[in-house]
Amino acid sequence: MKELYAWAAILLIVVASTTGDVLLSYSMKRVGDVGELWKKRGVLAVIGRVLTTPTFALGVMAMGVAFYSLLFGLSWGNLSLVVPASAALTFVANAVAARIFLHERVGRRRWAATLLVAAGVVLMAI
Amino acid sequence: MTFRKYLVLAGITVFATAGDSLLARGMKDLGGFSLHQLSGLVLAILNPWVAAGILLLLAFFSCYMSALSWADLTYVLPATSLGYVLVALIAHFGFHEQISTTRWLGIALIAVGVGFVAASPSLTPVHQNQHALEASPDPVSQEVEVKS
Repeated sequence: MKELYAWAAILLIVVASTTGDVLLSYSMKRVGDVGELWKKRGVLAVIGRVLTTPTFALGVMAMGVAFYSLLFGLSWGNLSLVVPASAALTFVANAVAARIFLHERVGRRRWAATLLVAAGVVLMAI
Repeated sequence: MTFRKYLVLAGITVFATAGDSLLARGMKDLGGFSLHQLSGLVLAILNPWVAAGILLLLAFFSCYMSALSWADLTYVLPATSLGYVLVALIAHFGFHEQISTTRWLGIALIAVGVGFVAASPSLTPVHQNQHALEASPDPVSQEVEVKS
């Protein structure tokens, strides 16, 4: 039963952090190149523009949910299961979500990279 | 990709790794938490290790947001995993810890994966020409190609 709870927490971490990453990436694309904006209008303009982007707040909230899910997951499952499993699955979920929602071109090269990194994370945790 | 942009990507890796390590060090001082003592979680900020860790994680978040403003999510994410490699290398060469063969294999896979992404264009907008994208490693030089 504890095992099931741990996997439920992993699923929640993956969904929440993928949602967060996609929302944050979407927000920053709307803000535009931060370096350019900083050069032209100063750092306060950058901070103001980021904080007034509504999807940014949603993204941060989703990251908060992911963080607390991780805490719950760690109280039910082993560190060596929860952390690598959620990290690896999040990489894969992010590649799929970036393709669907952010319209990024995830070609063969990026898929290979995603799967290699995910596999590497799992191996490092064994 | 300019040198400054690579610095931001390096910042993501270094700040996240250092921040997590400092947090872990601080939490060791404080002992375990239960979810019933949430006040403890707030007081944890008073621990200097934890405070320093949080500052570094804020620096990480700034670099991460900056990178996402000019690069794809699927381009930036692998950079975050380089931290695992960094920690393992510091543990091995700095503190002479033993690293198992499977961990070395994991390090190699992550490094190769990051290399794969780093060699691809950092930004892939939808409307761009597919063939031009694959032919050119950089979106800026590619635009020039398309125009000429």
